[in-house]
Amino acid sequence: MSEQRATLRPTVAIVGGGPAGLTAATTLRRLGIESVLVLEREQQAGGIPRNSDHTGYGVRDLRTVLTGPAYAERLVRQARDWRVDIRTASTVTDWADDRSLMVTSPEGRLRVDAQAVVLATGARERPRSARMVPGDRPSGVLTTGQLQNLVHGRHERSGGQVGVRAVVVGAELVSWSAVLTLREAGCATAMMTTEHQRAESYAAFTIPGRSLLRVPVSRRTRVTRIVGRERVEAVEVTRLDTGQSMTVPCDTVVFTGDWIPDGELARLRGLDMDRGSRAPLVDTALRTSLDGVFAAGNLLHPVDTADVAALDGRHVAAQVLAYLAAPSWPVEGTRLVAGEGFAWIAPGVVRLGDPPPARSRLLLWPTAHRSVARVVVRQDDAVLARRVLPWAASPGRVFRVPWGLLDKVDPSGGDVTVSLA
Amino acid sequence: MTTAVQVDVAVIGGGVVGCAVARELAGREVSVALIESRGDVGDATSKANTAILHTGFDAVPGSLESSMVRRGYALLSDYAAEVGIPVERTGAVLVAWAADELAALPGLADKAVRNGYDSCEVVDAAAVYAMVPALGPGALGGLVVPDESIICPWTTTLAYATEAQQRGALLLLGRRVTGVAVGTEATTISTTAGEVRAAWIVNAAGLGGDMVDRMLGHDRFTVVPRRGELLVFDKLARALVDRIVLPVPSAKGKGVLVSPTIFGNVMLGPTSENLVDRSDTSTSAEGFAFLTSKGRTIMPALLDEEVTASYAGLRAATEHSDYVVEVDPAQRYVLLGGIRSTGLTASMALAERACDLMEAAGLSLHVRAGVPPPPRMPNIGEAFPRPYQRVDLIEHDPEYGTIVCFCERVSRGEIRDALRSPIPPCDADGLRRRTRALMGRCQGFFCGAEVEAMLREQT
Repeated sequence: MSEQRATLRPTVAIVGGGPAGLTAATTLRRLGIESVLVLEREQQAGGIPRNSDHTGYGVRDLRTVLTGPAYAERLVRQARDWRVDIRTASTVTDWADDRSLMVTSPEGRLRVDAQAVVLATGARERPRSARMVPGDRPSGVLTTGQLQNLVHGRHERSGGQVGVRAVVVGAELVSWSAVLTLREAGCATAMMTTEHQRAESYAAFTIPGRSLLRVPVSRRTRVTRIVGRERVEAVEVTRLDTGQSMTVPCDTVVFTGDWIPDGELARLRGLDMDRGSRAPLVDTALRTSLDGVFAAGNLLHPVDTADVAALDGRHVAAQVLAYLAAPSWPVEGTRLVAGEGFAWIAPGVVRLGDPPPARSRLLLWPTAHRSVARVVVRQDDAVLARRVLPWAASPGRVFRVPWGLLDKVDPSGGDVTVSLA
Repeated sequence: MTTAVQVDVAVIGGGVVGCAVARELAGREVSVALIESRGDVGDATSKANTAILHTGFDAVPGSLESSMVRRGYALLSDYAAEVGIPVERTGAVLVAWAADELAALPGLADKAVRNGYDSCEVVDAAAVYAMVPALGPGALGGLVVPDESIICPWTTTLAYATEAQQRGALLLLGRRVTGVAVGTEATTISTTAGEVRAAWIVNAAGLGGDMVDRMLGHDRFTVVPRRGELLVFDKLARALVDRIVLPVPSAKGKGVLVSPTIFGNVMLGPTSENLVDRSDTSTSAEGFAFLTSKGRTIMPALLDEEVTASYAGLRAATEHSDYVVEVDPAQRYVLLGGIRSTGLTASMALAERACDLMEAAGLSLHVRAGVPPPPRMPNIGEAFPRPYQRVDLIEHDPEYGTIVCFCERVSRGEIRDALRSPIPPCDADGLRRRTRALMGRCQGFFCGAEVEAMLREQT
């Protein structure tokens, strides 16, 4: 049994053919890089938008509004037009060396030796098991990802996994997307639960949610038990403040949001990881701790919208180009740390001479709601900036902080903390 | 399905023990039927245990369990190598966290010798930390058990059942036993799908063993379902622990262990709680809280990793401390009762014992000539080459290079093979036990729809 049969030697290998990976690939080709390989493990490239059959995609990156599948198709077509080598059904299973990947595909076992690697493997929703929700283990317990694969994928409907009455766990953007998909599959949403005081998602979505979809959102509650031996029969929902619990009959439970990065490859090679987001730690140029290995998209900020992930791809392409022209890899840097009110911050390293981050924004994940978001930047006990931002901070969606707030950071100083006052 | 099945020996219960017995009997000059209430073999207690191949070092010396485990370890180790059941000889270390536990270690080493196992060694705290650096603070010393191993419980049961079938045994799945009537020549077993008539019967009904025993007029034992909840951590935790970490057993039981799994995960558990309902395999908030608090002491870094799965198994505990293995020659009946979690290790020895008991009671059980060669089971263990890694296989059949379940790296070819196997799965859980599909960290986020479509096409 030999290790592999063929070796590919692209200039840049991109792992993941979603919005970030495809945009990075197309941009690299536009910038003149001859050989760009995208490795996509699914049968089709395009990533998660492929199965999100509602509109709202492409606003920031393509300056248009498309449905998820149309957006995914556009990104794939663009990449193909620019002669990006997109290999689908190709799973990167391991590293052979730094910047060298082992791949399994129907054509066999490949080795890919690249001069630079971009990890763009995205994120997945935390399933029921990882949330440690006890009870029976019947069928009918899904994530949004699985639900949308069942309903919008190339498969015949849902094969019985989607019933007629659902409880949706979470009230993020993706949760409403799940409600829409359920409705399309003929399944009514009896209740949405959220541990927070306020529904997390954008008001624009919550209002139609309330009026058109008529879904009651049960705030400050948690699903604490699943009931049903073969098929879901009910869930137990507990009020966080009183401990009081109620039984909500349903035949389908969808666990939505609560994203975790698909960071297995980063972990396998021992890249430095961010404890808060569980993503690879990157600097503003999207460099990881490993020479020649970059990361982009929702792998780094689980999750922002697809267009923001795509713009990460555009940002990383310029950085990869600079690296290919002059391969050097900085090591030291000042750490950015998520302070009070935030679970994580990305990127996590700033350095003198590095470019501003993608879209000149820092991305943070709020742990509490603030209608008036007062952001404080500190370094070594000194307050560097304090500003009220004109947008609210809400758990369940990424909070963006303008790069300008870090103007006064001393690159030779200690950790920089960004918090909500 | 109303025609009565007529065989020489009927085995009641398609768990690991029942399948081992059916396999053994089918290699002798008798006809055999295996009756299982569920739609698949190994779908109850046998699917949810700690999956350890025990040396029996800590059994009660002189007990039947001790001898069965010791004999079973040898038999199953050889059989596993022959048919391709994944086994990893990781070894175990029993960790003493308190002075009394430390003082108990030499006694345990002596007990191991009395159980016929003399490779245990008492080591100091430094040696324990050298073996398991991720261990939490406070370990005082340990007992090393070099031959404790981890094994795939699912492949074991399936291998037995597959070989039993290939040797001509009838697998009667989805039939619950509702009554047993012993006649002069044959015993009639009523099931939910017709009658089975057999000269001899073997009761390996696990959690239902006492009920079947009562159908035959006995009142020897009562099964108390003892729930054990387990947490399975992400494969990224596997680097933390490369051997089984056991607590020092106390009067309350064997306690909570941390162990690598044969699939490359790390397991924490089990809890131990007596229930009334013999089918309640639900998990509980209390169980999770107990396990996470234990885990935080034993291996704090483990709790930083994601939980991939949680499940609960029911052990068939009884009021007896030992297995209840008896023969009733007048009724032509063998009881294999009270077989707890060591039953996986002991299974082949118990099969041998059942045959010995029947032979001694007058049933002729000559080894049959010309039995087909044992099956070769697909490897689903992490320590051995999987199809996705095998250039030769993929070149021959690209379906082995088409990964469907990304987390567990299960190829379309493996799922196809399982669906066409001699004992095909009847649901997604059965497919998971045969291929690992859907048992990974995404729990179906990416591949659930695709895998279920394949399952629907075939069933």
